[in-house]
Amino acid sequence: MHPNAPAPTTEDIRAIAAPLASLEGPLLPMLHAVQEAYGHVPEAAVPVLSDILNLGRAEVHGVISFYHDFRKAPAGKHILKICRAEACQAMGGNGLAQATLDKLGIDWHGTTPNGAVTVEPVYCLGMCACAPAAMLDDKVVARLDDARMDRLLKEAGA
Amino acid sequence: MKDFIIPQFPPGDDRDMGTPAKTGAPVTLTVDGFPVTVPEGTSVMRAAAEAGIMVPKLCASDNLEAFGSCRLCVVEIEGRRGTPASCTTPVQEGMVVHTQTSKIKRLRKGVMELYISDHPLDCLTCAANGDCELQDAAGQVGLRDVRYTPGDNHFDPSGTGARSQSEARLRMPVDHANPRYVPKDESNPYFTFDPSKCIVCSRCVRACEEVQGTFALTIEGRGFDSKVSAGTAADDFLTSDCVSCGACVQACPTATLQEKSVIELGTPERSVITTCAYCGVGCSFKAELNGDQLVRMVPYKHGKANRGHSCVKGRFAYGYANHKDRILKPMIRENIEDPWREVEWDEALKFAADRMKGLQDKHGRRSIGVITSSRCTNEETYLVQKLARGVFLNNNTDTCARVCHSPTGYGLGKTFGTSAGTQDFDSVEKTDVVVIIGANPTDGHPVFASRLKKRLRQGAKLIVVDPRRTDIVRSAHVEAAHHLPLRPGTNVAVVTAMAHVIVTEGLMDEGYIRERCDWDEFQHYAEFVSQDRHSPEAVEALTQVPAKDLREAARLYATGGNGAIYYGLGVTEHSQGSTTVMGIANLAMLTGNVGREGVGVNPLRGQNNVQGSCDMGSFPHELPGYRHVKLPDVRAIFEKAWGVEIDPEPGLRIPNMLDAAVEGTFKGLYCQGEDILQSDPDTHHVAAGLKAMECVIVHDLFLNETANYAHVFLPGSSFLEKEGTFTNAERRINRVRKVMAPLNGYEDWEVTQLLANAMGASWHYTHASQIMDEIAATTPSFSGVSFDMLEEKGSVQWPCNEDAPDGTPTMHVDHFVSGKGHFIVTEYLATDERTGPRFPLLLTTGRILSQYNVGAQTRRTENVIWHPEDILEIHPHDAEQRGVNEGDWVRLASRSGETTLRATLTDRVAPGVVYTTFHHPATQANVVTTDFSDWATNCPEYKVTAVQISPSNGPTDWQESYDAQAQQSRRILPAAE
Repeated sequence: MHPNAPAPTTEDIRAIAAPLASLEGPLLPMLHAVQEAYGHVPEAAVPVLSDILNLGRAEVHGVISFYHDFRKAPAGKHILKICRAEACQAMGGNGLAQATLDKLGIDWHGTTPNGAVTVEPVYCLGMCACAPAAMLDDKVVARLDDARMDRLLKEAGA
Repeated sequence: MKDFIIPQFPPGDDRDMGTPAKTGAPVTLTVDGFPVTVPEGTSVMRAAAEAGIMVPKLCASDNLEAFGSCRLCVVEIEGRRGTPASCTTPVQEGMVVHTQTSKIKRLRKGVMELYISDHPLDCLTCAANGDCELQDAAGQVGLRDVRYTPGDNHFDPSGTGARSQSEARLRMPVDHANPRYVPKDESNPYFTFDPSKCIVCSRCVRACEEVQGTFALTIEGRGFDSKVSAGTAADDFLTSDCVSCGACVQACPTATLQEKSVIELGTPERSVITTCAYCGVGCSFKAELNGDQLVRMVPYKHGKANRGHSCVKGRFAYGYANHKDRILKPMIRENIEDPWREVEWDEALKFAADRMKGLQDKHGRRSIGVITSSRCTNEETYLVQKLARGVFLNNNTDTCARVCHSPTGYGLGKTFGTSAGTQDFDSVEKTDVVVIIGANPTDGHPVFASRLKKRLRQGAKLIVVDPRRTDIVRSAHVEAAHHLPLRPGTNVAVVTAMAHVIVTEGLMDEGYIRERCDWDEFQHYAEFVSQDRHSPEAVEALTQVPAKDLREAARLYATGGNGAIYYGLGVTEHSQGSTTVMGIANLAMLTGNVGREGVGVNPLRGQNNVQGSCDMGSFPHELPGYRHVKLPDVRAIFEKAWGVEIDPEPGLRIPNMLDAAVEGTFKGLYCQGEDILQSDPDTHHVAAGLKAMECVIVHDLFLNETANYAHVFLPGSSFLEKEGTFTNAERRINRVRKVMAPLNGYEDWEVTQLLANAMGASWHYTHASQIMDEIAATTPSFSGVSFDMLEEKGSVQWPCNEDAPDGTPTMHVDHFVSGKGHFIVTEYLATDERTGPRFPLLLTTGRILSQYNVGAQTRRTENVIWHPEDILEIHPHDAEQRGVNEGDWVRLASRSGETTLRATLTDRVAPGVVYTTFHHPATQANVVTTDFSDWATNCPEYKVTAVQISPSNGPTDWQESYDAQAQQSRRILPAAE
C-alpha cells in the first residue's frame, strides 16, 4: 500500500476478513490477508477481527504482537530480511548485515528514504549450509557477499 | 489404605491447593513418603497439598487450570525420567513422588534466580510485602544470592544497573533511561498495574478468561518482550474491556496488580468472613482489616454462591460505608419544610413513638405501617414486620419485593407450591440449555454471569428472550443460539407460543407430566396452548419475534438436555408479570425440567436479601414462611410467641398505602433502608402520598430522596456493622458478621427494638442470633437454622428442618412441594399502557454493572467513573426521525411526567424501543413510569411505558423544582449546645 494511501475503513477490512471466518483457526489467515492487502495490520483491524470471530480485542492484539512479521505500519516497497542466526553469524553474516545497514544509512526495521527497502532481521531461513542468507520479498538468496548484496539492493531500487 | 477422604481444613483455611479439584475414582500415591488418596485426574501438586505438602509454585492457582509455565513446581517421580511439573502431571496409582531432592532444589533455585534477576529488590517498601508469593517462593527454595549482574531488565527506570527502584531513583530521578521500563497504570480507580514487578506468570490473563470470562487481558509480544496488556497497545485498564471484577488482582502473586487501598493502608492483619450486601447472588467475602479499618474485600473461596469470585461492586465499592454524606445522629423536625434538628436517640425515639401512637389514637389502628428493607438482614426484617403486627397491631407491612419479584412469589407459589427458585448456583455447571428471559446477568448478577459464561464456553446452548441485545447475547467466546428480541410487554405471548410449539410438536415429557403434575389440568392447558392463535406465526405481528426463531428456540429448550430458565425483572415488572412467571413454570413442567441438578426455574433476585425479606413475612397478607394471615392456626403460633392478638385482615401494599395517604386515611410510615421515592413508579404520586403523611420515619444510611418528606431520621448501620443473615436468590442463608462497631451506635435491629419499646413493647433481644432462634421456632422451613449451625456449615439453603437437616439445594426432587405441579392457563392480555401518536415509543428500564439500583451506595464510590449519569439508548432510525444526535440532551416524556437526559444511538434496542437506567436522582426515570401494575401482586409495570423523545436543552421544570425542594429539605441545623 502506498504510504499516503487513505487508511482502510472498517468495511474494507471486514470485506477482506469475513470470507475467511469459516476456516479452521481463521485468525492467522485473516491477519495474513489484511497484511497482504495493506502491507501491515492496522490498529483498526483489531476490533473488526475480534467482532467477526467473537474474541476479546486483547486476544487479537496478543496474537498480532506475538508474530514479528505482522507490521504495525507499512514497510518500504521491498522487504529485505537478513539472517542473524548462528550459522550465518559464523559465516560473517553480522559484518555483512552491518555493512548493508551502513550503506543504506538506516537501522534494523528502518526504511530507506526513497521508500524502496525495509531491512528486517530474521532468525534462520533454513539455508545454513549456504550461509550467509537473506530474503528479498519472497525470494531466498544465499552465499551472500558484499557484491551480491549490492546487486540485490540495486535490484530493489535502494 | 487411607479412606477416600479429602481432608477438611479448619474453617477459614483457604490455602491455595495449586490446581482445581477433580472428581473421579480414587487413586493412591505416595508423596515424600506419605500415602495420599485423591480423585483421578488430580494433579501431583494438588495431591501433595492434600497431604499437607506445599510444592513451590508461581503460575499455578487452584481456581485456574494448570499452565505449567513457571517451572518452579518440578518434582521427581520414581520410574520416570526428568523433572516433570507437578501442576500439569496427573496422579497415577502407586506413583512415588519426591518434592525435595537435591536435584530439584538446585533446579528450583536456578529458576528462582532467573525470576529475581528481572525483579526489583524493593521488598521492604513494596505494597505486597508479606503478601507476595514471589517472596514466599524465594524463601521456600532457599534463594540466598542472585549471581546475575543487572543487565537488560524491566524494573530499573534509570537504566544505570540499579538493583532496586529506590536505588534507581537516587541514581537518576527521571524515569526514562530504560526503554523497557513501563510506569504504573493507575487508570483503574481501585487497583494499579505495575509492569516493572510482573513475572509474566499469566495468572491475571487466565483469571480474566477462565474465572471472569471477559478476555480483557493478554500477553503482548514474546520472549523477553512479553508483557501483560489490558486491551490493545492503545488501551490502559480503564479503556480496555476490563470490568474491574478484581479476579486478576486476586490472582497476581506479586504487587503488579495491587489494590490501591492496600498501597495506602498497608497489608491487613485480620479478616472476617461475611456476605456482600449488593445483589441477590450473595457472594461470600473476607473483609480484611487493620484494627477497625477495612483494607479490602476479597472473595472467599469457600463461598458456595460465588466460589471465590466477585464483581466490581462487592469487591471494591464499599467506600459508601464511610462516606461523608452518611448521617450518624438521629434527627427530627415538626414539618418537612423545617430544617433537620440533630437530637439524642431518646428524644428522636420518643418523638417518633408519640407521633405514631397519636396518629393511631386519632385515625385508627390501621393508619400507620412499615416498609421492610431487602438490604437489611433477615433478623432486622423480621423485627420490622413484627413491629407492625405485634406493636402497631395491623398488617400494614410491605417491602420493595413488591416492586420487583412479588410476581415470582405468586406465580411459583401457584404452580410449584413454593415462592422461590428451584436450584443452587452450582446447578448451572450441569445445564445444557440455558434460557434467560428478561434478565441481564452480566450487569445485574455478574458473578452468576461469570459462572454461566464458563458453562457456555464448555458448550451449553443459550437462548435469550429480551427486547434489548444484552452483552450475554454476544460477547467474547459466548454467543446465544437464539436471541428473541420481543416487543416489551409481550412476554406472555412469547412464552405461550413456546409452549404451543412444545405441545403441538409432541416435544413434552409425558411420563414426567403424568407422574408429577395434575393430568387434568395439563390436558386443559394443552388444549389451550394448542390453539392456532398461540402459534409463533399467529403472534409474530404482536411480539415481533420471527416465528422460525421462536420455534427453533422452543425445540432446543425441549430437546437439548438439561434445560434451565433464569429470569429477572423483565419478566415480573409487567401488568402480566405473574402470568409470565406461571408460563415459565409451565414450560419447565412440560419438559420435565424441574427437580434435579442442571434444570429448574430460577429468578435472579435483585437485592442481597429480597428473598429473605419475603421469607420473613414482609408482605401484608403473609406471616413468616409464606403463611396467610387469615389462617387462625398460623396466627396462633405468633400470638403465643408474641403475646398479642394478630389482625386477621391483610394490610396495605405500598401502592395502597400511598393511595390511602392521599385520601387521608394512612398517616404514618416507618421505612427502613428503602428509597421509595426514587425506586417506586410514578414519582409524582409517591411524593404526594409521602407529603400527605404526618409522620414519616426514615431509617437509612443517607438522607435519601424519601427522607425529603420525612419527620424523623434514624441513622442506619452498614452491612459491615451488624450481625445477622442474608438469604440469596438460591435460598441460601449466609452469615453477615460484624466487621466493625456501628458508626451510628446501634445495629439496625437494635434501632427497631428501641422504637418498638418506645411505643410500649418490651422486647429484650441482646443478639441477632436470638431473633433467628425465634424465626426457627415459629417458621417450619427455618426450624433447623441457628447461628451455631451456620457457623459450622458456612451456609444452608432453606427449607432446613427435620426433613432436610442439611438444607435443600434442589427443590421438588421427588414431588412438588404442592404435591402435584399445577399447569395454569396463561392468556395474553395487552397492557393498558399503549403507544399512540403522542407517545409512539416504548421505554424499558434496567441496570448497569457499576451502579446498583437507586445508586445510594454506588454513587458514593469511585464506580461513578464508569457511569456518571443515566443515558437513554435509542435506535439510530428513531433518533434520525427526531433530529437526535449522539450525546444530545433529550426530553423523555410519558403520560405521567417528563425528564431530560443524554441520548446514545445504538442498535442494541430495536426501532420503537428506548432504554435507560434509573441510578441517578437527577434523572428520576421513574417520573416517567406509570402506575399500571401486575394484576395479581401490584408489581409496577416499570418495563413498559409509552413515551416520546424530543431534543431538549436543559432540565425540565420538574427536575428544577425537585432539586430545589431536595436542597431545602436536606438542611440540618447545627446541634444545640
